Amino acid sequence: MRHIISILIENESGALSRVAGLFSARGYNIESLTVAPTQDPTLSRMTLVTSGSDEIIEQITKQLNKLIDVVKLIDISESAHIERELMMVKVRAVDGLREEAKRLADIFRGNVIDVTPNTYVIEITGDREKLDAFLTAVGDENIIEVVRSGTTGILRGDKGLSH
Amino acid sequence: MELSGAEILVQCLKDEGVEYLFGYPGGSVLHIYDALFKQEDVKHILVRHEQGATHAADGYARATGKPGVVLVTSGPGATNAVTGIATAYMDSIPLVVITGQVPLPVIGSDAFQEADIVGITRPCVKHNFLVKDVTKLAETLKKAFYIATTGRPGPVVVDVPKNITDPNIKIPFEYPKAISMRSYNPSVKGHRGQIKKAVELLLSAKRPMIYSGGGVILGEASTQLTELTRLLGYPITNTLMGLGAYPATDKQFVGMLGMHGTYEANMAMHECDALFAVGARFDDRITGKIAEFCPHAKIIHIDVDPASISKTVRVDIPVVGEVRPVLEEMLELVRQSPTKPDTKALSSWWEQIARWRSLDCLAYDRSGKRIKPQYVVEQLWEITRGEAYITSDVGQHQMWAAQFYKFDKPRRWINSGGLGTMGFGLPAAIGVKLAFPDADVACITGEASIQMCIQELATALQYRTPIKIVNLNNRYMGMVRQWQEFSYESRYSHSYLETITDFVKLAESYGHVGMRIEKHEDVRPALEEAFRLRDRTVFLDFITDPTENVYPMIEAGKAHHEMRLAPGVNPDTELA
Repeated sequence: MRHIISILIENESGALSRVAGLFSARGYNIESLTVAPTQDPTLSRMTLVTSGSDEIIEQITKQLNKLIDVVKLIDISESAHIERELMMVKVRAVDGLREEAKRLADIFRGNVIDVTPNTYVIEITGDREKLDAFLTAVGDENIIEVVRSGTTGILRGDKGLSH
Repeated sequence: MELSGAEILVQCLKDEGVEYLFGYPGGSVLHIYDALFKQEDVKHILVRHEQGATHAADGYARATGKPGVVLVTSGPGATNAVTGIATAYMDSIPLVVITGQVPLPVIGSDAFQEADIVGITRPCVKHNFLVKDVTKLAETLKKAFYIATTGRPGPVVVDVPKNITDPNIKIPFEYPKAISMRSYNPSVKGHRGQIKKAVELLLSAKRPMIYSGGGVILGEASTQLTELTRLLGYPITNTLMGLGAYPATDKQFVGMLGMHGTYEANMAMHECDALFAVGARFDDRITGKIAEFCPHAKIIHIDVDPASISKTVRVDIPVVGEVRPVLEEMLELVRQSPTKPDTKALSSWWEQIARWRSLDCLAYDRSGKRIKPQYVVEQLWEITRGEAYITSDVGQHQMWAAQFYKFDKPRRWINSGGLGTMGFGLPAAIGVKLAFPDADVACITGEASIQMCIQELATALQYRTPIKIVNLNNRYMGMVRQWQEFSYESRYSHSYLETITDFVKLAESYGHVGMRIEKHEDVRPALEEAFRLRDRTVFLDFITDPTENVYPMIEAGKAHHEMRLAPGVNPDTELA
């Protein structure tokens, strides 16, 4: 099963490689991994998407907790949560495609953020399924390039990871 | 007080109470060596190879319970130390390894003797640091000692670029008295409810078994474990790392378990209905085939490391906590409990165990035609009255040492159990002897292993650490040969050491005493002579039977009840 693990980690050099190294050393899957600073400059927040049996996910969270730099973590997919991913897609925008791509962007609540005579770059945000659906709608043959940020997520309700 | 980085580093070691620093100088650590030269509190032990430094520090740590401290230079100095760091990591031994690094401004430029040791050691340390600011040096070292020695112990590497130790840059120094880290809180108290459940299960067992590991020794809980085991009257087995946590000469001890464990220990594991695992980690050499591990048992597991729980074997009652306080709580609960162990069930369980024991699974040919390695270890045990510190290397001799030297006290058995590092024994013995100069220290080894760190014989002479090297010389990498005999139709591929080293001359050239023993009847007199030479390191080269195998053996993929027994040992006779 797919799990989204949210991690608060000391903002030290090498922190990212400790997490990435743990996954490769122990043979765990990483679907995506994002990392960025938080409002507290001494902390970074990571969102890690992985999959595995319950036993493996249990080991993953325990091994992550064991890393000295990890301050706190939570498997947000076990509670009500929101996940988002940002995607930028460069699509062919010639002839009929020019109108069609714009229409599709509107339907998926995306924005055209760069325009050339032959291409658009469309920015779109959502969960993984929505982004996948958009790509299917545009069609492989019309896509020049796709860049995805990887999933980030947050718990619903009053609870936060740092409190 | 204003000090340079180098002086701060040395002062930190003094403030930590470091007695010995095992190391080897080089370009990146010269400022530190200069600071060491100007003081006498921290005694530096010059090894002959950085691997030896880490093993010696490791032996010191295992014997004393204090952290072992190492200083090596950048690049090859640091990479040579990696095997020793990994060895300590696998056995949860507290080490602080200070590595020199090229100056910060040139890091990443492939400078002379540059290696990314923080990157290289990341998977085999509890934690590591690169010091980027001299004002952070003292705090970083404090953290290193704190992390290495608390919770589940382990090695910590502190990488110190040369410019950080610049003697011309002086800053105010104060060693932090205490440290707290928001991301690391190692002290865990066992959950009271879980402990109660564990006691209830233990007291209701009909065929209980206690299985304890190295965690009991690391957690200084041997007294509590022994008391609880005796109070309950249950059988106990120890892992290779746990030997000595419970007295091996006691009647409740059924021997070591696992791949080369005793018949009675492994059969009791297979048949027990309640397994009490204490400070053990269900290593593959212990469990054998996981699917048939303790098939009838409910399992209790105490461990300070939550990641050890249900890692390979699902347990029924986990207790995360430091072993000693948890055992103390259990003792109290057992004493107060109106339920007492089921004496009737227990006596029939002990009768069953006695039948397994009667098989005498460790029996070997005592006719005296050839020197049997087991006999050498038995004689060593007798001569040292079971009181010696025994280090070992890895292979058959290690297993015979574990089977035949009956350790009654913790921290006396010092071996590389997890990583299985050949070359560990000799430098480890030096570390032990430095810690306990009046104790008997012997290194049980083989002619293959001993040569992996043989250069440390020079260290043993320089620092007058008289150890006895018991070389069980069968001309083969014995364990490899044994596996090739059992699993590869005796195709002894590259396991025979064709050039036979003259160890007597070798020992003498290093300034020690060498003895070659070729006859059974000379074994005991030679050992006695060696221990009479109290202030000399003696290399005893025992020419042993090259065909001897370690029994019993659970071969790969087999379960506890599927042991291969020594020729002539027949389980049917016992079970009838």
